[in-house]
Amino acid sequence: MRMLLYISAALAVMGLAFWAYQENYRTKDALAEVRVLQRDIAEARDTLGILRGEWAYLNRPERLRDLAEINFDLLGLLPMEPQQFGRVDQISYPSVIAPLGLITGAVDTNATLGDAR
Amino acid sequence: MIRTPLRPLARILKARESGENPDAIERDNKRKRHEEMRDQSRRRAEGSLVVLGLFFLTAFGAVGGRMATLSASDVAEPRSSAMNVQIRSNRADILDRRGRILATNHDTYSLYAHPHQMIDKDGTITKLLEIFPDLNEQKLRKELGGNRKFAWVKKRLSPEQKQAAHDIGDPGLLFGPREMRLYPNGAIAAHILGGTRFGEQGVSSAEVLGVAGVEKFFDDRLRDPAKANEPLELSLDLTVQAASEEVLFNGMKIMNAKGASSVLMDAKTGEVISVVSLPDFDPNNRPRPLTVADKDKDQSDSPLFNRALQGVYELGSTFKIFTAAQAVDLGIADADTIIDTKGPMRVGRRSIGEFENKNYGKLSVSDIMVKSSNRGTGRLALEIGAERQQEFLKSLGFFEAAPVETVERGTPLLPPKWTELSTVTISYGHGLSTSPMQLAAGYAAIANGGTAVTPTLLKQDSTVPLGPRVMSPEAAREAQKMLRAVVTDGTASFGDVPGYSVAGKTGTADKPKPTGGYYEDRVIATFATMFPSHDPKYVLIVTLDEPEIMGLGRMRRSAGWTAVPVTAEMIRRVAPLLDLRPTVEPASLARVTLTSQ
Repeated sequence: MRMLLYISAALAVMGLAFWAYQENYRTKDALAEVRVLQRDIAEARDTLGILRGEWAYLNRPERLRDLAEINFDLLGLLPMEPQQFGRVDQISYPSVIAPLGLITGAVDTNATLGDAR
Repeated sequence: MIRTPLRPLARILKARESGENPDAIERDNKRKRHEEMRDQSRRRAEGSLVVLGLFFLTAFGAVGGRMATLSASDVAEPRSSAMNVQIRSNRADILDRRGRILATNHDTYSLYAHPHQMIDKDGTITKLLEIFPDLNEQKLRKELGGNRKFAWVKKRLSPEQKQAAHDIGDPGLLFGPREMRLYPNGAIAAHILGGTRFGEQGVSSAEVLGVAGVEKFFDDRLRDPAKANEPLELSLDLTVQAASEEVLFNGMKIMNAKGASSVLMDAKTGEVISVVSLPDFDPNNRPRPLTVADKDKDQSDSPLFNRALQGVYELGSTFKIFTAAQAVDLGIADADTIIDTKGPMRVGRRSIGEFENKNYGKLSVSDIMVKSSNRGTGRLALEIGAERQQEFLKSLGFFEAAPVETVERGTPLLPPKWTELSTVTISYGHGLSTSPMQLAAGYAAIANGGTAVTPTLLKQDSTVPLGPRVMSPEAAREAQKMLRAVVTDGTASFGDVPGYSVAGKTGTADKPKPTGGYYEDRVIATFATMFPSHDPKYVLIVTLDEPEIMGLGRMRRSAGWTAVPVTAEMIRRVAPLLDLRPTVEPASLARVTLTSQ
């Protein structure tokens, strides 16, 4: 009886030791992975910072102005003028068409009817 | 073990023969045996003591050694809990009010040399000079020659330069990582941002220190590692700032001015939306400040000089509206009170004249503003009195440097003694020198209905509490209408912008000579405006330094011909960018109701 107790206790100690070591190694692996990930995050943030700086540099007002002037034929961009403000009701939203049935007559694709509905 | 017998027969027999006591032999042998046993047990005890001592020594040694390594090692966060990842850059970014980058960091490299490791010094120096033509050859030769073990070659490298230096292939050339400050927008808002320089330099890193502007004012905040990820948000708007600079630069060229400045301020919160000072500079490559060697040059002509904040000028007739507003506030006069502006008017020993020696006769207070009459304003100021005038101007912030968050702030120049003559001249803006920023704060108080404004360069919440009241809302409203009349009927008729109902006051002040007295043909032309006049939201101050332009066959220097058209153009460009929709002015209906009260 006592012998059985000793043997089972010894087996339990060995089992626990095995489990503890396994947990230990898994923790170490996880920490190593975290370290790698954190390094990647830091690198990604650095890259992001540089890209943001580059974005700001490429979008600097001076350059955009020059580009707008060079490409005036293509874009026709001019500084914003007070006359360019509109009101919401000046926009001709397409009229809401109820579930599309068969098209039987002319369709108001240009929304010339405005908000008649 | 061989035990020696206690009574060896041979010795006993011998002793019996010689008549000795054989017991003595036994005793002697017993003694010897006991001594042996004692020695043995002592040895055993000593041995176990040594073993125990060694055990304790190792145990304490282990504890002590561990403590020593712990105390000598670097502090490290527990890895598993370090979730907030530190980025390498340690200086916080600066953003504009809409989150666009005004200043950020950029990783680059520095180049240094270990001359004792260099193989071909002459060849390397020649090649370095090819890559960096700005290096001084003699200095470089001196530093790399000799017995030195370390020398800086270049503090900042571009990637191309780094590659080129790398391609030289000399083992004595080494690179160190560097973080540099980058201002992606170049000269835009240069005076506000200021600039940076390297502080303490090591091989692997260098401190970046602010030298001017916001960078210096907030240096500790920007360098605080705990706040490295929180950018500093300014009240400036990059688009508006860029448009203002463009318009002002063109205006300065057309008006042949040598310098110009503008301040655009939110009238309620005091947020500075744009502030321009021309000529400007590139903060990425900050020019050298003037030193003792350039003492013949004027400090205020350096591009580093911020005309809008550092420069204090007599801003001329733009001050008249404060006198009028205070007179209305105190009940001394209202817009229609008639004042006699006839000459001559003598105060102290000086006679007060009008622009081009005109004589306007009897004018209402409103018309005094419209015609910009010195004598009319002076008479109002005399009614107000020196003490109340000082108090009022002080409450508007004209007695102290504008409390904006940069290091360059001009202290206003006050008269040493506030005499009756000072009262009169200051009422029309002479004898008191202030910065355009202070003038903007003063106009903002009128524009927002009479509460003092603290100018700020930081983005504010929409719930900023109003400042202390400095005049009644009615007085502010009256002053706004007078300013509107200046644009519709008066000296600033070029300043009207359809849809934005500009209100403002011109000011043309002769420049003081450094030797005393005033120049005849050099002026500071200022136009101080608020728009839209029926509900002012923004205040804009434009100042031109020494403008002159031919107009109607004459050389014109007055603000009405110079600063006003530039300001109008600026409002036309900038107001849509501020999301200000052009509105129809509610005619003079409001005025009819007020006068009938």
